[in-house]
Amino acid sequence: MDLTLVFAAGIAAGTVLLFAAVGEIFAERAGVLNLGVEGMMLMGAVTGFSASLSTGNPWLGLAVAMVTGGLVALLHAVVTIHLRADQVVSGLALTFLGTGLARVLGEGLTNRQVATLPRLTIPFLSDIPLAGPIVFREQSILTYVGFILVPLAWFWIERTRPGLHLRAVGEYPAAADAQGIGVYRLRYAYVVFGGVLAGLAGAAITLAISPGWFGDQTVNGRGWIAVGLVIFARWNPIRAAIGAYLFGAIFRFILDVQGVQSILGVQNPFLAGRSSTFFLEMLPYLFVVFVVILGGRAATRQRIGAPAALGTPYVRGERGV
Amino acid sequence: MTIRLEPRVAAPRWLSTVATIGAVAVALVLSGAMIAFVGGDPIRSYLHILSASFGSIGVLSDTLVKATPLILTGLACALAFRMRLWNIGAEGQFLLGAWGASAVVLSGFLPAGAPAIVYIPLMMVAGMATGAVWGLVPGILRARLGVNEIISTLMLNYVALFWVQFWVFGPWSESGFQQTKSFPREAWLPRLSDFSGIVPAFGGLTVHLGLVFGLIAAGIVWLILERSRWGYEIRLIGDSPRAARYAGVDIARNLIVVFAVSGALAGLAGMSEVAGSVHRLQDRISPGYGFTAIIIAYLAKFHPGRVIVAAILFGALILAGREIQPSGIPAMIQGIILFALIVADTLVRYRVRIERGVAPPVASG
Repeated sequence: MDLTLVFAAGIAAGTVLLFAAVGEIFAERAGVLNLGVEGMMLMGAVTGFSASLSTGNPWLGLAVAMVTGGLVALLHAVVTIHLRADQVVSGLALTFLGTGLARVLGEGLTNRQVATLPRLTIPFLSDIPLAGPIVFREQSILTYVGFILVPLAWFWIERTRPGLHLRAVGEYPAAADAQGIGVYRLRYAYVVFGGVLAGLAGAAITLAISPGWFGDQTVNGRGWIAVGLVIFARWNPIRAAIGAYLFGAIFRFILDVQGVQSILGVQNPFLAGRSSTFFLEMLPYLFVVFVVILGGRAATRQRIGAPAALGTPYVRGERGV
Repeated sequence: MTIRLEPRVAAPRWLSTVATIGAVAVALVLSGAMIAFVGGDPIRSYLHILSASFGSIGVLSDTLVKATPLILTGLACALAFRMRLWNIGAEGQFLLGAWGASAVVLSGFLPAGAPAIVYIPLMMVAGMATGAVWGLVPGILRARLGVNEIISTLMLNYVALFWVQFWVFGPWSESGFQQTKSFPREAWLPRLSDFSGIVPAFGGLTVHLGLVFGLIAAGIVWLILERSRWGYEIRLIGDSPRAARYAGVDIARNLIVVFAVSGALAGLAGMSEVAGSVHRLQDRISPGYGFTAIIIAYLAKFHPGRVIVAAILFGALILAGREIQPSGIPAMIQGIILFALIVADTLVRYRVRIERGVAPPVASG
């Protein structure tokens, strides 16, 4: 097992989680919990794949996936912001709808080859000892987009005026409203943007990281893992990125360890094809629970909590946060 | 022009029922449009669902078999949701219950030839206990460590699925197949067809004792929620956690107990499925019963009696939907129904006012 390849593939796999988690951070910082990430990712994955298949252009597929993700999120925005529906239930409905619709649209798309997004090796940077080949060699172009997105997202939220407005809308919408900030407008914008990133995450799977459409197994809970990562990351894009790459590495490690015959002379009990590999498969999901416990404890200790208005609809003139 | 939502002071009782039925109707029309869009024939699909699920006594019996696990998992969700406790883990608790019941049969714990009167109660206890344990984990995590129960229950669903897969691919595999060997007859729940010697009309009917479990469980959950002090506490926490705290209700304890009972109900569903219908444990034991249960609980407005009605409708959809292509259509219809229900709920709670001209002055808070 070549550890360089494991970590490089882990970063690629983590990119998927990263897009979805950063998108969810934007929506939640604006005060809207969107549990439909899994559904939005599946919709992005299938529409992007389908568009790339029929046009031969993966970039067009990527664009279609992002627009689809945004449109699906718009449904959640209308229902929770204007119609004041319960954000938890609406998010679950979005996941059901996205999963079912993606399966319908993906009928007959399995086992099809598709034009994928290009891979790049960055000159000079890829020659850095140790890190270079892991981070900068033969990575999908979307991996580099992820590298750029994370600091930008952090800077936007924490250091700019629009980011201040975003946080105000999520923490204290009444005060933001009194300042003349359009609470509804911003919430719509960030929920839809979150959907765009979830769509991107879905297309990152089918068009770049592990190309192909495998029904609803394509996303296989990664949308939910992204939601868990947001809690672990305490709504901070940089922490989310660290978590995403860590999870990506775990996912890859689980795949790769099954190909090893023996570890330090002991026969590998998790060799591919053995039923004990199912215990390996549990690890990422158990790890999410563990990580959410850690994130929650740290947040309580440092008094960094969820955005104060998360989950509550804003109605002008009504009491509440 | 602005659209305003004004809370209704007193929504008439019939409005909620009409809105629910209307929502389902609208959802079916929308789903039909989607079916037509992907090249299917909506009318034929719906007629097929109707005839393949309610068309004869035989298929009606099959519908009730599918409805049985949905009633029990639906009750599991309804009880938890009434407390605004989002147990999305009925699927995992179902799987663990099915595993626990199977363990009684396959572990060799009972001597060969033990009678049904020993097998069935033991399997019930084992299924409910393992389901309850799988519910207790997220309950304790939430009560003691503040872990979001939606995330933990969802993740535990995956863990439960891999756990079952380990056993059916590994120790309990029947000569390499993804299933265990068939249970002995003593471990089967009695079916109506077993009594065809006495009542010939029962011949071939697959409805099993699990349905009775479901009906009794619905009665018990109704008694708990509507007629007991404990149920009053659950409803109080659901409606206003703050008021419950002032009233001295132990929220953490209720949270753990409700999660355990919810898990036990879903576990019983798993037991009833392996003992009543499948008669073995296998990889794909659930076509998503625990997830459909979420929609059922919501459609029933957390009312146990209505859970039964909704479970039968969704049982029909699952039964007949198996033959409908593309295969995602039943899941899609479920999603659209849930969305329509949420919107209908808003229309019940608020009156929609469309006003022309400038925005109205803000009412003082």
